[in-house]
Amino acid sequence: MLPYDSAPKFQDYARPEMLVTTEWVAEHLDDPGLVVAESDEDVLLYETGHIPGAVKLDWHTELNDPVTRDYVDGAGFARLMSDRGISRDTTLVLYGDKNNWWAAYALWVCTLFGHPDVRLLDGGRTKWIAEGRPLSTETPRRARSDYPVIERHDATFRAFRADVLAHLGKPMIDVRSPGEYTGELLHMPDYPQEGAVRGGHIPGARNVPWARAAADDATFRTRQEIDAIYAGEMGLRPEDDVVVYCRIGERSSHTWFVLHHLMGYPHVRNYDGSWTEWGNSVRVPISRGENP
Amino acid sequence: MTAETLNPRLQEIAEDFSSLPDGDRLQLLLEFSRDLPSLPARFADHHDLLESVPECQTPLFLAVEVDAEGTVHLFFDAPPEAPTTRGFAGILHAGLDGLAAEEVLNTPPEFSSQLGLHDLVSPLRLRGMAAMLARIKRQVREQQV
Repeated sequence: MLPYDSAPKFQDYARPEMLVTTEWVAEHLDDPGLVVAESDEDVLLYETGHIPGAVKLDWHTELNDPVTRDYVDGAGFARLMSDRGISRDTTLVLYGDKNNWWAAYALWVCTLFGHPDVRLLDGGRTKWIAEGRPLSTETPRRARSDYPVIERHDATFRAFRADVLAHLGKPMIDVRSPGEYTGELLHMPDYPQEGAVRGGHIPGARNVPWARAAADDATFRTRQEIDAIYAGEMGLRPEDDVVVYCRIGERSSHTWFVLHHLMGYPHVRNYDGSWTEWGNSVRVPISRGENP
Repeated sequence: MTAETLNPRLQEIAEDFSSLPDGDRLQLLLEFSRDLPSLPARFADHHDLLESVPECQTPLFLAVEVDAEGTVHLFFDAPPEAPTTRGFAGILHAGLDGLAAEEVLNTPPEFSSQLGLHDLVSPLRLRGMAAMLARIKRQVREQQV
């Protein structure tokens, strides 16, 4: 396991070990025991240039089961990790485009498989490039590893529709845009292909668009700033049982990371069925408008 | 109206894609993304003349001109951080720009399924290309009247 990044900003977070800086990655890039992986919205962005030595993990084609709406199973995850040269004791650092939106999603999926040491590069691809650090178009040839088959453990950090129905009345954060939350929009702005037949939000959910937790340079906002949003404005308490959701569970993975790892709330689950399931389900309760 | 068929240029592009192994197919898409011509000044300076295609993951903008001879000219704008979307636009530009309006209108709407990209790119992402094609055809029809 590689040393933690001792950057002062991280020390205010509940789990400073979950983040590394661009400086840390640059310094440790060639260390054995480290694999850096890029996870982007755009399936070709990695090919245009990536952190030298970084492998690619595609959320859409690799982390999802190709047939059932679910993540890959233990055998599928083991195959994927082995193919990228990742072992169970590898320090895995994920980064990506759009404020680490997809990298946070990949991290959450790795968490379901209990990968012991997985971290995010604070600021992701944007910050690495903004700092003029090197990019490579060479696909690294890593030796195949032998990742064990670990059954996915969904109960702790993943919520299904039935769990959410049982959760009604307890704290929920809807991380979509205000227009999606009120029900004005049936899909995310600019993403009409992932719509739903009903608009609105799950009753009781409060609206905090996910990107509020990100600063302009794509890094996470400071502990003080995120506390002000989620504990201050939303009144969440560490002992709360919280469910977060968006449209398919990717934007809410970013908020899950903030609540669970940066603020240290132990009981936070991501509902990956999210609005594409809830807004298409028969007879589930829905609220419209600005009130929870 | 004749049956919808792939014109010879699109046919060749589809064959190029399907003859390649998986990894090289993405590289070919990347080449199309790099070869997409930039906007001429009359559009770059007047972005309001372009139509938005929100079905793409990253919004893309396009313009269609049908000249007096009935030849179709296509113009696209997508940021470099969206190479997949740019690649789709590059394929449509290489396959349709400079053809007669009828030939463009005869392109099968499900053309993108013939590139062998489903497993590599995901069907969801490919829908963006079908949306671009649909909007191009609509603009061609409007300008023919």
